[in-house]
Amino acid sequence: MRVLLVDDEKELVSTLAERLSFRGIDAKWAVCAAEALKLIETGQFDIAVLDVKLPKVGGFELKKKIQEKKPDMKFIFMTGHGSEDDFKAGSAQTGADYYLVKPVKIEALIEKMKKVLG
Amino acid sequence: MSLLEKIKPKFWDAEESEGLSDFRQLWYLTVLLTLEVTLAPLIFMTLADYNVTQKSVESEILLRTSRLVSNTRRSVSFFLDERRSALNFVVYDTPFSELNDPLGLASILENLKKSFGGFADIGVIDAQGRQKNYAGPYRLEGIDYSGQEWFREMVEHGNYISDVFMGFRQVPHLVIAVRCSLPDSCFYVLRAAVDTERFNDLLSQLEVSGQGDAFIINHEGILQTPSRYHGKVLEKISLSVPKFSEKTEVFEGRGAGAEDVIIGYAYIADSPFILMIVKKKNELMKSWQTTRMKIAGFLAVSITVILFVTLGVATYLINKIYVLEQNRASIMHGMEYSNKMASLGRLAAGVAHEINNPLAIINEKAGLVKDMFTFRKEYAKDEKLIGIVDVIVSSVERCAVIARRLLNFARHIDVNVQSLSLKEVIHEVLGFLGKEAEYRSISVSVSVPDDMPQIESDRGKLQEIFLNLINNAFAAMKDEGKLDISAKQENRDSVSVTFTDNGCGISEQNLSRIFEPFFSTKTKVGGTGLGLSITYGLVKKMGGDIRVKSEPGKGASFTVTLPIKADQKEKGEDIHASLIGG
Repeated sequence: MRVLLVDDEKELVSTLAERLSFRGIDAKWAVCAAEALKLIETGQFDIAVLDVKLPKVGGFELKKKIQEKKPDMKFIFMTGHGSEDDFKAGSAQTGADYYLVKPVKIEALIEKMKKVLG
Repeated sequence: MSLLEKIKPKFWDAEESEGLSDFRQLWYLTVLLTLEVTLAPLIFMTLADYNVTQKSVESEILLRTSRLVSNTRRSVSFFLDERRSALNFVVYDTPFSELNDPLGLASILENLKKSFGGFADIGVIDAQGRQKNYAGPYRLEGIDYSGQEWFREMVEHGNYISDVFMGFRQVPHLVIAVRCSLPDSCFYVLRAAVDTERFNDLLSQLEVSGQGDAFIINHEGILQTPSRYHGKVLEKISLSVPKFSEKTEVFEGRGAGAEDVIIGYAYIADSPFILMIVKKKNELMKSWQTTRMKIAGFLAVSITVILFVTLGVATYLINKIYVLEQNRASIMHGMEYSNKMASLGRLAAGVAHEINNPLAIINEKAGLVKDMFTFRKEYAKDEKLIGIVDVIVSSVERCAVIARRLLNFARHIDVNVQSLSLKEVIHEVLGFLGKEAEYRSISVSVSVPDDMPQIESDRGKLQEIFLNLINNAFAAMKDEGKLDISAKQENRDSVSVTFTDNGCGISEQNLSRIFEPFFSTKTKVGGTGLGLSITYGLVKKMGGDIRVKSEPGKGASFTVTLPIKADQKEKGEDIHASLIGG
């Protein structure tokens, strides 16, 4: 499983990547859309975990841009705002496979990723 | 409850406050102004009409009296003239020799009695005043009249009508005398006594209204005819003799009993008589008094009706304004409240979001530390370190729960109808108040049946309703109180949640007003009086109902009934509408 993590909080995203690698998951991270798109160009990913709020280019917009290049990519969104219920209702519009509310429990994240990737 | 309490309008005891007028003063002003502009013209018109009518009735009475006096004077004058003319005719028609013949004179008396009536006797007196011949019931021949006043007057004026006097017969009568000149510049006098009975009949047959009295007096005020109220014949009347006037006169004066009277009089020409008609004013005014009573009655009824209508209309309208103003103020408060809530919500959301990010970092870092301990063998055995990290992680989790609650609270301002479990919502709300319950040792029991269906509703609104009701229950209870929250399905379409506390309860008179805006028993301790009215508005807006049962001292029980399926209209309306509706 190859994961791309995108969040503007470098400390958060780097730590999350490190913790995932402890569990044998190959995770790369980026703090903005531009970095994320660069990584997409060079590397192979199965799933992207995106923060909804990103500077300049937002999470939903980034998802569209990634999908243009990698149509098969799956997406999980993280948010510090609202509850999972809220986003369940909105998932049809945003096309996300899953939402997680920050702070994210690593076990929950892995479980969701596995679920999304089947 | 006294009658006054019952009819007292709602606004009467309303305290003047910001945004609410002084309704009692407004009421006074309205009532006084209305009464002034309605009663003043009415009273003025009635008094004016009263005066005009009274004056016209009085002048009508004077006029009628004057007419009666004039007519009667004509009758009396005619009576006297008639008899005087008869004697004149006898004097000029009959030769002196025949007048001196006792039989001839008796025949003349007989003729006069037959044709005119009233003649009692007749006598012929020579220029020396000696009665030469006499026909009548007495033997009066030879009487000398030369020394008497009437004879002298007679000689001077040519004819004479005497006052009424008793004479020899002790019967009231008067004397008419005429003079006849003889060729030798001598003269003789024909003198006749006339019964006053005919004279009296003239007056007694008069119909004098108002317990009136018609009589004749002489210039000294001695009654010449009997009077109903002023004495007998030849007595002096108690009224003063009116001053001479050629015309008929009418005036108002005082009667014998000091009562108001209308006096009409006329001096009868060529006689010593004054005709007087005296009427009691009170009697004459009786018809006017009936009218006066009617006017007074009309005035009293009008004033009463105006008074009642004014009071009723003013009270009704001011009450309406009061209710409207209350609604307006409640809407203003509601908007203020919802604005406050919205700001608070935005603030809470911002804070929660800002906290969430650093929390997430702490969470991840702690997780990483734990991971390192777990995955690297050298720290794996150090249970103390792992314990510390666990505490950090669980504390972060607690912070996250608080942040989530803040976010939930923030969402109160948005309407979001969703399918939710009542049990969950109740526990969420209790989560906020759990600490207070704990500190005050209030035991809260929740019973929701397992087969309770999910309901379609707005989580935020529902939380607010439950929060208000539980807060109220807590406020009503002493420490170590007991709150039971039980939910059940009422029927296919609705569920109910009942909050029963064992607090101070609500008195009967407060029970009916408890959902009114600004009604609060806690104003002294900072209650706005809006909590339950907002709750009521929210419940109503959600298509539900709220009922309360209570006995003072035995606690209160609020039951909220909610529809299982939300009304389609409800979805998408904002909280402002619900507050305005309340």
